[in-house]
Amino acid sequence: MNDSAVPMVLIEGLTKSYRRGGQIVPVLTGINLTVAAGEFVALMGPSGSGKSTLLNLIAGIDKPTGGTLIVDGLDIATLSESELADWRARNVGFIFQFYNLLPVLSAYENVELPLMLTGLSGKARREHVLTALQMVDLTERMSHYPSELSGGQQQRVAIARAIITDPTIIVADEPTGDLDRVSAAEVLGLMDRLNRELGKTIIMVTHDQRAASQARRLVHLDKGVLLDNEMAEAVKRDS
Amino acid sequence: MYLLKLIVRNAFRHRLRTALTVLGIVIAVLAFGLLQTVVGAWYVGVEASSSTRLVTRNAISLVFPLPLTYEQRIRQVEGVRIVSRTNWFGGVYIDKRNFFPQFAIDAEPYFQLYPEFRVPPEQLKAFLVDRKGCVVGRKLAQIYGWKLGDAIPLRGTIFPGNWEFVVRAIYEGADAKTDESQFFFHWMFLNETLKQSAPRRANQVGIYLIGIANAEAAAETSRRIDAMFRNSLAETLTETEKAFQLGFISMTEAIVVAIRIVSFVIIVIIMAVMANTMAMSARERLPEYATLKALGFGPQFVRVLVFGESLLIAGLGGALGIVATLPVVNMFGSVMAKLFPVFHVSTGTLALQVAAALVIGITAAIVPGARAARIQIVEGLRAIG
Repeated sequence: MNDSAVPMVLIEGLTKSYRRGGQIVPVLTGINLTVAAGEFVALMGPSGSGKSTLLNLIAGIDKPTGGTLIVDGLDIATLSESELADWRARNVGFIFQFYNLLPVLSAYENVELPLMLTGLSGKARREHVLTALQMVDLTERMSHYPSELSGGQQQRVAIARAIITDPTIIVADEPTGDLDRVSAAEVLGLMDRLNRELGKTIIMVTHDQRAASQARRLVHLDKGVLLDNEMAEAVKRDS
Repeated sequence: MYLLKLIVRNAFRHRLRTALTVLGIVIAVLAFGLLQTVVGAWYVGVEASSSTRLVTRNAISLVFPLPLTYEQRIRQVEGVRIVSRTNWFGGVYIDKRNFFPQFAIDAEPYFQLYPEFRVPPEQLKAFLVDRKGCVVGRKLAQIYGWKLGDAIPLRGTIFPGNWEFVVRAIYEGADAKTDESQFFFHWMFLNETLKQSAPRRANQVGIYLIGIANAEAAAETSRRIDAMFRNSLAETLTETEKAFQLGFISMTEAIVVAIRIVSFVIIVIIMAVMANTMAMSARERLPEYATLKALGFGPQFVRVLVFGESLLIAGLGGALGIVATLPVVNMFGSVMAKLFPVFHVSTGTLALQVAAALVIGITAAIVPGARAARIQIVEGLRAIG
């Protein structure tokens, strides 16, 4: 299923820095990374290592300071804000740590939300939403509002929302960070299905070893630098 | 539809906050409407004035009368169609608090000049033949419970003595703007009485009311009349009825200006309250706006959400405020009937209320809308948790 010949994400010499109080603070330095289509990659590293920043850059919600960032053959660093918004709507599925569901919309409406940008008919949208909710096993809860759902159920709604537009890449930022063990296992099981059965490329940021173990590949970051496996082991031992 | 659904649900997310904001807008729009109606009631005489009516008074002051002999000479001026005379009577009915305007008039030309005072023909006939008869407005009769044939005693102040009149006619206004609280009696009755009690005050007229054929000739006719009496013992000042009424209002202009300012200050205050509400709402929802933007919705969508919510709340408050204005104005009008004989909400005031609600809604959303639209996705998402 994995087609390693076609890189879904190609990153070369990527840098990201912020300006704070007149000082330039580097967050990512010289990142080189390739993620093949259909891969499930876990980005790991201590707090402040830059893993979430890297994920945000790949998802097109932040812009790099330098380097090349190609996703599905497109250099997204060159896109304007509105082009980037269109690109995200078509190509990126988001799974956030705190689910980020709109509290005034039901589970059904939250899943339907990204489809409002596609121009699909109401009937087609309904079919898509029901299929996605069926996949996350929440059809019976579709009229419930986020406040009426458990954390695990909310994250499953978020996963349904992430896959509803059939994106080319799914980015997950600590998807199990706010969940108990059982719910976390459910969510990770779902992500595993998305990767294995639907061939979705998933890039996940996590602190959780159990979550990371679901991924096919681990990538370690420390102080804004990508580590190879030996260095990662050394850092782990030191810490 | 989806956008509308999101706007409506967001607006009623914090029900207490929204209810209190709507209540504030209702009170502000209502107060604004009421104060604007008070200002309108002040100008009712100006609004009711005709462009084909002129007023001639003593050039020194309104308190000085003009000789009766002027009437014939004015009648001969080119362009003059009708001349009527009137004196302000200023009597007291039982108690000083019972104020209403009383005029001594020469009835036939007067009612020709003022067709907006509609007197039933048989009642007018009865009035004309009774030298002590009077014509009263419908509202005035209603306030004091007067009926045809009732005797009305007035205690004279400008013209001392006890005067008694008999209600011979009750007039109705041609429209809602016509003052129905006036009291008219025969000028001849006043003059004959004065001839006996104070002969030096007889044959004196307060003002002449002049009907002209052509409104465009008002300035020229006024100039001719005043020129005729120049260098006489009683020089005249002739002006349009509107200018004459505005002259009265200018005496109380400071009050009118103050009321106007207060009415707009109320709107500015509620605008600030509403802006604070919208700022709070938008601040709380920054992570949601960031999520929407991450999902691909543009800044314009987010801005429309904020403006839509603000306009919905302001529109709801404005609509309820306008609906509440009508009964409140009616109630206020009946309580203040003696001070404001014509008190109704004009379409201009309703339009101003609608505009005020729109301005509140739009202004309150400008800053939070811009902030929400500008939010960096990463910054907005960081605000969660």
